[in-house]
Amino acid sequence: MMQTAEQIVQEPRLRHALTELLYQLADDELCLGHRDSEWLGLAPDIEGDVAFSSIAQDEVGHAVFYLERLHELGEAKPDQLAFFRGPGERRNAILLEQPNGDWARTIVRHFLYDIFDDIRMEALLQSSFHSLAQGVVKIRREEHYHLLHHKMWFTRLAQAGGEARQRMEQAVSEVWMEVGGLFSLGEVEEEMLHYGLIACGSEGLAQRWAERMRPLFDEAGLNWPGMPVKPKRDGRKGEHTKDLERLIQTMSEVVGSDPDAQW
Amino acid sequence: MKTIRDPVMEALQTVMDPEIPDVSIVELGMVNRVTMNEGHVRVELTPTFVGCPALDMIAQNVKDRLIQEERVNRVEVAFVMSPPWTSDRITPEGREKLKNFGIAPPSEDRVSDCPYCGAKEGEVVNLFGPTACRSVFYCRNCRQPFEGMKTV
Repeated sequence: MMQTAEQIVQEPRLRHALTELLYQLADDELCLGHRDSEWLGLAPDIEGDVAFSSIAQDEVGHAVFYLERLHELGEAKPDQLAFFRGPGERRNAILLEQPNGDWARTIVRHFLYDIFDDIRMEALLQSSFHSLAQGVVKIRREEHYHLLHHKMWFTRLAQAGGEARQRMEQAVSEVWMEVGGLFSLGEVEEEMLHYGLIACGSEGLAQRWAERMRPLFDEAGLNWPGMPVKPKRDGRKGEHTKDLERLIQTMSEVVGSDPDAQW
Repeated sequence: MKTIRDPVMEALQTVMDPEIPDVSIVELGMVNRVTMNEGHVRVELTPTFVGCPALDMIAQNVKDRLIQEERVNRVEVAFVMSPPWTSDRITPEGREKLKNFGIAPPSEDRVSDCPYCGAKEGEVVNLFGPTACRSVFYCRNCRQPFEGMKTV
């Protein structure tokens, strides 16, 4: 049954499961969008530079969409949620708070996440929270371009041989340590499934992701490292690293200097 | 031919996209629904891209323009996601104006026809461009780089 924000706030357990899910979506997109923006002026070519700026804008825009839905459910305003929540309140996967690293690591992380994000959104198309289901239809159409872009880079760098290939192999082995954290749905996964907020649990998301990812590794000529394992810490439960503290500090530095300023 | 004059829609036709000032929000297919109830106008807009930074400005421009209309005393603008904006919502007039502005309208093909010479000899320079909704192409015929609206 489709439900609106007004109906959901009447049921505390449902509201809790939905806010957890929305924070996972928002915080993933916000962290990665911020990391993307850090390439401004530094990418290997001007096209890559423009692309990352545009992708950053998309990802942060998607985060705002999810934060607005949270505000409808009675959470603070989107800016407040984006800039002034502590690390313990954030629900992004740890993979996405890590610094970009080199170009290969940036591309590997982004592409692996984009495929995951597409699979997660596919599982949200029939969400019982009506406005989430509607937004995801729109957001997926935009993410299509991110997928095309990162698939091109992923395949090109891996097939290039030499240093590019070495760095890609190195990046895959590094990213693999944390990639399993993407699939977690946190502490209230059962409720999310029970209320029909998402159609697929963490195990299913991981399986679907591997089914789609493996042939892409084959195409790029990269060895498939096997199913990712669950990392020690789970960002979906508010467990994070110093990297997130630094990210929040950088992201909110200007607004934090005068929180009451009108922009 | 319009037979019934709709002053609110005519007013919205004069609200332009801040980033493409030749094309109105009506021509871009952003106006989803307009309702009027005793002087209270509610305009539902559908964003071309969710993260488009021009959205707040567009909403303000709609309010500023419609409040000037007779019999309008309150304007509400809401952004809606359903039905989602797709590039085939751009009207034929909108497509023509985009082309005249130097931006190729969205195309079913991977690369749009060149808005300058009309040739179909373009190549993708960058799927991403100066705004979220545009890509950058290069025309091998007239040797001109050009922008095109993304097909979404």
